[in-house]
Amino acid sequence: MDLSYTAEEQAFRQEVRSFLEEKLPKEMSDAVREGRGLGKEGHDRWHAILNEQGWLAPNWPKEFGGCGWNAVQRHIFEEECCRAHAPRIVPFGLSMLAPVLQKFGSKEQQDYYLPKILNGEHWWCQGYSEPGAGSDLASLKTKAVREGDHYIVNGQKTWTTLGQYANWIFCLVRTDPDAKQQEGISFLLIDMDTPGIEVRPIILLDGTHEVNEVWFTDVKVPVENLVGEENKGWTYAKYLLTHERTNIAGVGFSQAGLETVKRLARSQMHKGRPLIENPYFAARVAQAEIDLMAMSTTNLRIISAAASGQAPGVESSMLKVKGTEIRQEINDLARRAAGVYAMPFASEAVEGGNEPPIGPEGTAPVAAQYFNNRKLSIFGGSNEIQKNIIAKVKMGGRA
Amino acid sequence: MNFDLTEERQMLQDSLRRFLSDRYTTSVRNEILESEAGYSADIWGQLAELGVIGALFSEEDGGFGGAGFDISTVFEELGRAGVVEPLLDTALLGGGLIAALGDDSQKELVEEVIGGAVQLAFAHGEPTSRYETSRVETTATVEGAEIILKGQKAVVVNAEAADHLIVSARESGAVDATDGISLFLVPRDATGLSLRGYALLAGGRAAEVDLDGVRLPATARLGAAGGAYAAIADVLARAEVALAAETLGAMETATELTRQYLLTRTQFGRPIGTFQALQHRVAELLIELEQARSAVINAAGHLEGDARLRDLNIAAARNLIGRAGRLVAEDSIQMHGGIAMTQEYELAHIAKRIVMAEHRFGDADTQLERFLDLSAA
Repeated sequence: MDLSYTAEEQAFRQEVRSFLEEKLPKEMSDAVREGRGLGKEGHDRWHAILNEQGWLAPNWPKEFGGCGWNAVQRHIFEEECCRAHAPRIVPFGLSMLAPVLQKFGSKEQQDYYLPKILNGEHWWCQGYSEPGAGSDLASLKTKAVREGDHYIVNGQKTWTTLGQYANWIFCLVRTDPDAKQQEGISFLLIDMDTPGIEVRPIILLDGTHEVNEVWFTDVKVPVENLVGEENKGWTYAKYLLTHERTNIAGVGFSQAGLETVKRLARSQMHKGRPLIENPYFAARVAQAEIDLMAMSTTNLRIISAAASGQAPGVESSMLKVKGTEIRQEINDLARRAAGVYAMPFASEAVEGGNEPPIGPEGTAPVAAQYFNNRKLSIFGGSNEIQKNIIAKVKMGGRA
Repeated sequence: MNFDLTEERQMLQDSLRRFLSDRYTTSVRNEILESEAGYSADIWGQLAELGVIGALFSEEDGGFGGAGFDISTVFEELGRAGVVEPLLDTALLGGGLIAALGDDSQKELVEEVIGGAVQLAFAHGEPTSRYETSRVETTATVEGAEIILKGQKAVVVNAEAADHLIVSARESGAVDATDGISLFLVPRDATGLSLRGYALLAGGRAAEVDLDGVRLPATARLGAAGGAYAAIADVLARAEVALAAETLGAMETATELTRQYLLTRTQFGRPIGTFQALQHRVAELLIELEQARSAVINAAGHLEGDARLRDLNIAAARNLIGRAGRLVAEDSIQMHGGIAMTQEYELAHIAKRIVMAEHRFGDADTQLERFLDLSAA
């Protein structure tokens, strides 16, 4: 056992840190720290900065233009990005679709799409969820019927994150209505500019426009946009989901969040003393920190096993549950630290024209973030589903 | 023992519940939430007509109720329907303070409050006072026949709509002393008073209030100079009972929406309410609801008695409801899944009401600390 990073890993961390100090624009890290949206332009700009550095695709093999980093390096990179309040890299093209294309896509698809993901020409969104399906993903109803050299797609997707910015969507569609649920599904790439596609915003409870409904009415999709084989889409979908579940523990987010809580609690006064000195509040922060310290090591144990070639099993489900619980607890602590200043509606409090935010620095977005991050335990397979997976593997009668 | 409502309170509950379920629909409320005013003058007038505001005042003050159980009955219904109209601010806090301290001419305002003609706001909390009720840094200085107010007030709910603000200010004593605090009736358009208004996450509106040398006649003071704290503590106790009851009502709605949803939502070929893991969670919410109801009864029942016992029961109720409310709000969203995260769905608003109630007058941790302090006293 050795709990410290190797000299190479420490040097790598220093390299990442220097890059972030030099290249991450201050107005961007301020926006992230204050919980403000970046807009499409902001995301595009950060995307381009990383691409120029060659660090946009940490999880891609070098042959496709990726960094070729191992799991520990990727973890260090993510941790440093969170620490510096760098924007989150929008994962749909880079971390979800790309691995599927690299493993199952045709040579033509790889040559056409992968460079456009890197240079930002294609902004992808995910067409998995449907109303009525939820965590029962395979019950999806959107159908694609082959007519000559096209599929005709009809149906509706939902919870399409940042779909308002996307020009391409990867979709699971039902191509064989008579097959068993998981066997009649195909994986299609669809240009959002195709006639018959309509994107409708869903406003979330914190007032943000982050997700959308996407409606398909007789949308013509060329057959060459099919990935892999027809009716084998479930295999590719599951492969994608294992990639969606990387960095699922969100250790970096939790560490940054804990720093925010402490910063707020140092500046907020409680009975004439900084809140951080109040034993009731301090005890809750300490408990979250203790949980995070342990989970951080659990995460590293799993990453380290993955780096030496072991495929993660139920551990990723365990990390999803614990990681989201800890992040949500930290969000709760931040809203508590803000006291009465948690009450203003953030989009007004933060973005109220040229005026400064309502309340002391950092208090305005915390309640909205608390509510927004209720999603963490719902999406990507709800925590209940993760517990079912753990129970099935560990209690399902197998010794 | 008898835990039944009196006949009058039962009638009040029935008529208010009927009115709100008919008139305060989700679409009506969503319109109110989006509006500039943050509340509906129309609904307000009808609530006054129904006698809902009068039920919060004693006969002596021109109402026909005003006891702990009157307050809890009204506010539980308001919470159940997710009402954002400022009854807490205008009636209990503003009206309550004038009723407690005002002279005969000032008290004429109470009559107008009960009739629905006047809106009020209580400008008490300050940027650094957090939930501490005696920390007042705003100053009131007597200059001849005038009083000059200087300071800042934080998150003053209903300030923009208010015809008058009731502003606390210190005339003497240390910044956190209970002695030395006075209250002043300040017209909203007073010179030197400026508001920066904004919407609240859980509905309604508030403002940051700046008092830059507001000049008032000496007759604007409510009660004796420096002697307002006891009345402030009394109305805050009433407001906390109201808030606890309101949160209880909202928790009931959240739990019922969840129960219904689980019975109708199908996944993996069956209603998700047939999964035992979810059934147990609903069972837990129902248990916590009964606990919350008892805590509200304890707090409401002690409102008229000994102040220490009153505060102990209020702190207990608000700590319990803070904890149970968070559980109900979070679990209700979780069991609904994504739909509960959308702004237009009923539960989103109800969950926000439940959670954000913690931020008025002290969250669960603050109430725990208060309970321990009161227990040691």
